[in-house]
Amino acid sequence: MKALLARIGVVRAVVFFGVLIVIPLVTGQIGWVTNTLIFTIMYAALASSWNLVGGYAGYPSLGHAAFFGLGAYSIAIIFNGSVYGGYLPFVVLPLVAIGAALISLPIGWVAMRTRADVFAIVTITVLFIAQTLAFNFNTVTGGAQGKSVAPAPFDVSTYNWPFYYVMLALLAVAMGISLYFRKTKIGLSLATVRADEEKAHGVGVRVTAVKLIAFAVSCGLVAMVGGVWAYYVGFVYPQFAVDPLITIGMVLMTFLGGRGTLWGPVLGAFILVPAQEFFAFTFGASELYLFAYAAVFLVIMLFLPRGILPSISDRLRKKRAAANGILRDASDAASAVSAQPAAHQTGVTR
Amino acid sequence: MSDMLLSVDHFTKRFGGVTAVNDCSFSVEKGSITALIGPNGSGKTTLFNMITGYLAADSGSITFNGETITRPRPADLYRKGLSRTFQQARIFPELTVIENLVVAAGYTWKGLFGRRVSLDDEIRAQKMLHEFRLESLAHLPSGELSYGQRKLLEFAAVLMSEPSLVLLDEPTAGVNPVMIDTMERHIRERNAAGVTFLIVEHDMQLVMRLCNPVVVLDQGAPIAFGAPATIQTDPLVLEAYLGS
Repeated sequence: MKALLARIGVVRAVVFFGVLIVIPLVTGQIGWVTNTLIFTIMYAALASSWNLVGGYAGYPSLGHAAFFGLGAYSIAIIFNGSVYGGYLPFVVLPLVAIGAALISLPIGWVAMRTRADVFAIVTITVLFIAQTLAFNFNTVTGGAQGKSVAPAPFDVSTYNWPFYYVMLALLAVAMGISLYFRKTKIGLSLATVRADEEKAHGVGVRVTAVKLIAFAVSCGLVAMVGGVWAYYVGFVYPQFAVDPLITIGMVLMTFLGGRGTLWGPVLGAFILVPAQEFFAFTFGASELYLFAYAAVFLVIMLFLPRGILPSISDRLRKKRAAANGILRDASDAASAVSAQPAAHQTGVTR
Repeated sequence: MSDMLLSVDHFTKRFGGVTAVNDCSFSVEKGSITALIGPNGSGKTTLFNMITGYLAADSGSITFNGETITRPRPADLYRKGLSRTFQQARIFPELTVIENLVVAAGYTWKGLFGRRVSLDDEIRAQKMLHEFRLESLAHLPSGELSYGQRKLLEFAAVLMSEPSLVLLDEPTAGVNPVMIDTMERHIRERNAAGVTFLIVEHDMQLVMRLCNPVVVLDQGAPIAFGAPATIQTDPLVLEAYLGS
């Protein structure tokens, strides 16, 4: 059963990434397809990264856009004059990630002493501090004028491809790390932190360490995505690079798809980003599209309040349990069972 | 004093104008099942929280295993062999029963990056599940367990790290009579295997047959200490429970 589930997981990943790898080759000349997909994949990668902290650890950071901006500005500042053949900005991304992760450590250490709503407020403060710095630290960031990245010397017909594939690679890395967390004691420890941090301390979980690992890794990933974004759009302005909407995007998509799941953030991004593009296209430049965008979110949350994937798997499990005839009302009858080993095997299987 | 596993020395804790724990000192002898009893509001749970580092003492310290600690921290104490359960049976409901045990078993830094549940972990946890007769529930999300089963699971989990001292906060509160017997049996078995217990409990019959010595707390300080039989006739104790 376990092996079968693992195989289904592998097949799902291969199909998903296989299709995404092929799409540009098929739709090569239709720019808007790859363009929309780049932003969809970008948000999938951002949401997957945010999920490490917001989902697995249960710390709803609203400050992640600060690290997105950090990555964006790093690339824009380093490659302001020249991009050296075009691929160097991608090559230095791991260094950007390490830098952002190191910077995130003291911030996370302080912020993660608070919890839940206070944590959200503390982290959103980080975001606004970063934005203010970006606006006012003129000598480095160029202030409100922003910074530009030197144009990439890619062939016009396949101009999007490098950005597309690097973004896809970042999504794969984010999902790979997400999977790695789930399979190791990091994920197990994070789950205890999310459920009951006090109790986690009481059974010797290295709470601070795992929280900081999740926070730093998450911020590093987000910074890399920000770097690719900066290179792709070419211009970095404070109001777009350190944008609360980017944070909100990550959070909404993760909530929509399912917090603390591997595929939930990806699913959320693949629903919301195209929906947003579609509504923006339909309703034009007015801000009306935001209503439609919110409506999609509200409808799904109304019917699947825990996010799409957890709600569905919950329902499936209940159905299966009902089919097995073990709709247990799990009260004292069940506790008596454990005192009588003979009565044990009464169909408590999964 | 060398046979004392835990000493509480002059613990005091004030909440605003209320002194919840007042210059409280007592010791727990190695190998004993010591009971901590007292009327409601006498400071038992506050004391538990102070000993295990969940609540900072205004003054005082503990000595555990010969080491004096003025600012106990829950995770450190747990790794040193002092573990506790909570009154409301705190487990991790989203984790499976076996994962609840594995995470409480402790791991090294290297282990943190190792498998979520390794074969070794599985074997250790299954052994514990067997002892507590919870094998059939191993892979169930522990949130689906009954209250009594949760209490058993929490108890089993804190034993995973092979502690020398276990603090149980009302282990039998709110569970059925069969489960009380089960709990008592496990405490006795583990005590016979060398684990020392400090138990807060309201079920006096259980205290009288299971524990020795008994520490009686009133208004944040011990008023009596001794064998159950002597405690029962102590005039100070009667006054604390029944009023004068």
